[in-house]
Amino acid sequence: MTGFRLADGGGPVVIPDFGHGTACLRHNHWFCKSWVADNWGDTLQPALVQHIYLTLLAVGIGFAISFALALLAFRFRFLGPPFGALGDVVYCLPSIALFTILLPITGVGVTTIVIPLTAYTLFVLYPNILAGLRSVPADVLESARGMGLTRTQTFWRVELPLAVPAIMAGLRVATVATIAIATVAAFLIHYGLGAPIFDALEHPDIFRTELLAASVLAILLALAADALLALLQRALTPWSRIR
Amino acid sequence: MTVASLFIDALRFIPDNAALLLEKAWETAELAFTALGIAMVIAMPLGLWLGHRHRGLFLALGASSIGRALPSIALIGLFIAWLGVGFWNVTAALVILAIPPLLTNSYVAVDGVDRDAVDAARGMGLTERQILTQVELPLGLPLLLAGIRIAAVFVIATATIAGIAGVERGGLGQIMVNPVTYARSGVLAAAFCVAAMALATNSLLGLAQHAASRRMAPRA
Repeated sequence: MTGFRLADGGGPVVIPDFGHGTACLRHNHWFCKSWVADNWGDTLQPALVQHIYLTLLAVGIGFAISFALALLAFRFRFLGPPFGALGDVVYCLPSIALFTILLPITGVGVTTIVIPLTAYTLFVLYPNILAGLRSVPADVLESARGMGLTRTQTFWRVELPLAVPAIMAGLRVATVATIAIATVAAFLIHYGLGAPIFDALEHPDIFRTELLAASVLAILLALAADALLALLQRALTPWSRIR
Repeated sequence: MTVASLFIDALRFIPDNAALLLEKAWETAELAFTALGIAMVIAMPLGLWLGHRHRGLFLALGASSIGRALPSIALIGLFIAWLGVGFWNVTAALVILAIPPLLTNSYVAVDGVDRDAVDAARGMGLTERQILTQVELPLGLPLLLAGIRIAAVFVIATATIAGIAGVERGGLGQIMVNPVTYARSGVLAAAFCVAAMALATNSLLGLAQHAASRRMAPRA
């Protein structure tokens, strides 16, 4: 069986000692508890922390850019369609290609991972923010004007708060997707939870315990982030709980 | 090399290697559309039936949030660790990744159909099967097509991962992970081809979706 081929290895590769390890490791079982316990501190935990860092960076920058773009398209309606089309094009570009092309330009580092990840968040965040802002009913805006609110006050006190559910829904999808896509980047750059996944795949027989442990960590991280953002959404929109 | 010249080289790579790119694009299409087809056969009847019964909302929505959280590379890796490298193993992983959006959208498409229309059909004596195929399916078609569109674009982009996984007929992904052989211009050219395939599928299904929603919109 052939292992995975990496374009550029880099980083320390943890090779399980099938000859001398426990029986579980020698037989390459799906989950060896002892290996996970022994390698939590030096492999899995750092990878998890790196993965969280990547996600925060990509989603944070992506949110700032999307918000600015959505504000522009909200203010100047004619910008909406071209921005949307651009997002469609970016979404259709495969992540592997973006990572490979950027590598020689931005080097082996976090930047090369974060740029494509950020680009993908734009595709989800921008349309959600814009749709949220545009979804405010006309009669609500009418009453805001009737109350004597200026254009700026209307935005901050009426349109933005009412757009929060749509914005948060976009943020949840973008965060979960970013956590999943970030694992792919490790085929080029040894960083994040993708690193132990590719280490395991590079091994001639595929090191099952490491593959499963790192994959499950990535899935749990995504589900935890989703739950956390759902709680944040509830906290930010107290009015939605009153019926 | 500047970015501009890289783009020009990539655009030159396409006519110079048209036969190779076409062959690899065909392999990617084979992987992607086989997976999409199987996923549709599995997910859509289930989603439509659950939506018709207005049951299993938790399953339909849960599938989509867990589906998004699944890292594609890990899933493909797990299938290869379990079954070995091969066309069908990668296809199986792609099928699992394509099921959530299809299941969710087919559920929502039927579940969201106007209850009055369904009640009227029932009152006219249509069987449950007829209600599903003659009333709910046509009315829910735009959302159903939207689900196919999302799944198709996702599967085409993800099928390139077959290249990293070392599948023999791995398609355009094989070129994309091999800058040593094909140079960066080749990588970029292959990426263009995948993007073009995804965009073409996206706009084709988008047009179908648009046509379906116009046909089903209530006339003024």
